[in-house]
Amino acid sequence: MSVKQISVFLENKPGALKKMTGVLAGHEIDMRALSMVETRDFGIARIIVDDPISAVNVLKEADFVSNLNSVLVVEIPDEPGGLDKLINIFADAEVNIEYMYAVSGHKSTKSACMIFRVADTKAAEARLVSKGLKILTQDDVMKI
Amino acid sequence: MFAMDLSATVLCCTPSYAAYLGERMKELGYGPDDIPLKAGIFGAEAWSEEMRKDIEKTLGIKAFDIYGLTELSGPGVAFECSAQSGMHINEDHFIAEIIDPDTEEVLPEGSVGELVFTAVDKEAFPMIRYRTKDICKLTREKCSCGRTHIKMAKPMGRSDDMLIIRGVNVFPSQIETVLMNNGYAANYQIIVDRVNNTDTFDVQVEMTPEMFTDNIGEIEARQRKLSDDLKAMLGIKAKVSLLAPKSIARSEGKAVRVVDKRKI
Ligand SMILES: [Zn+2]
Repeated sequence: MSVKQISVFLENKPGALKKMTGVLAGHEIDMRALSMVETRDFGIARIIVDDPISAVNVLKEADFVSNLNSVLVVEIPDEPGGLDKLINIFADAEVNIEYMYAVSGHKSTKSACMIFRVADTKAAEARLVSKGLKILTQDDVMKI
Repeated sequence: MFAMDLSATVLCCTPSYAAYLGERMKELGYGPDDIPLKAGIFGAEAWSEEMRKDIEKTLGIKAFDIYGLTELSGPGVAFECSAQSGMHINEDHFIAEIIDPDTEEVLPEGSVGELVFTAVDKEAFPMIRYRTKDICKLTREKCSCGRTHIKMAKPMGRSDDMLIIRGVNVFPSQIETVLMNNGYAANYQIIVDRVNNTDTFDVQVEMTPEMFTDNIGEIEARQRKLSDDLKAMLGIKAKVSLLAPKSIARSEGKAVRVVDKRKI
């Protein structure tokens, strides 16, 4: 099962990110992952939160443009070669990665999470699962 | 420089281009005595007395103002004479009047209002009391050059929202059309400024859900498409930037469409 990610348009200027994190904090929405990508004038913040639907609504009320999309989240052991093995599985399954980012997991399990955006989430997921990869669900992510 | 190679004595262009040429000359180490130019005829955009003095000094010429309208005859409707104090209208071809833009009543000589032209000898494309939308003043006084043709002052503004950017007429509604044609809401602001004698033209557009995607390359492609469409519509290049929703200043609920920072 894929996980919901919210992509938020931000102007590339001081205070833009602060305004977004402020809105989420004000509504007690917990962020599990954050990644930023930007050009000279604007950026996109990609976030994974505990309550994506509420997050989209409160962001809209605060005049943010955002969209909800699906990503694949995979847990990897936090050790040398961990990512390499994982990327090999993607190559084997012939899944193209549009972009990816990492979140460090909890200290106790010594694992990290990789978040992948792919073109056809459902098809990619099926192919990866057939190669023996475990894809995290929304509930799994909440437990991280 | 062409002006030197061809021994040109008169330069016709926009005043900002003349100012640019003057700067380039200085950079290349040429002074006003190095070029054969004697006079310049400059029009198609607003310019100030200070700019005239500046151009006259750097190019070593007399700079004259010209007024024209594509709909009438192009350039040649009114020219400045040696007195350099207003443009004589070619009254043997055009009848000029000043009207109140709201009531459309003709105003007495010396009043400020909208300039209206009737073409006397145009064939196939007659113009009767054609509204220029240019706000200006007409005076019939004895000119030191000896001519008795009525004189018009430099246009002081517009009775509509047209902007003249780099000598090109731009209506805010054209920007609206481009945005709508691309399926976006028309939340935009035009910012015009003049940097180093050249107009800068920025179109700021508020991001909408229709324009947004998770793919940054795709957003940049949409931004470029807007810029290309604006160029095709207006004939001049605009810098398109994307802003957060509701970030354009609004006055009494209405977005401010034009910010003209040019000091002329
Ligand atoms: Zn005269």
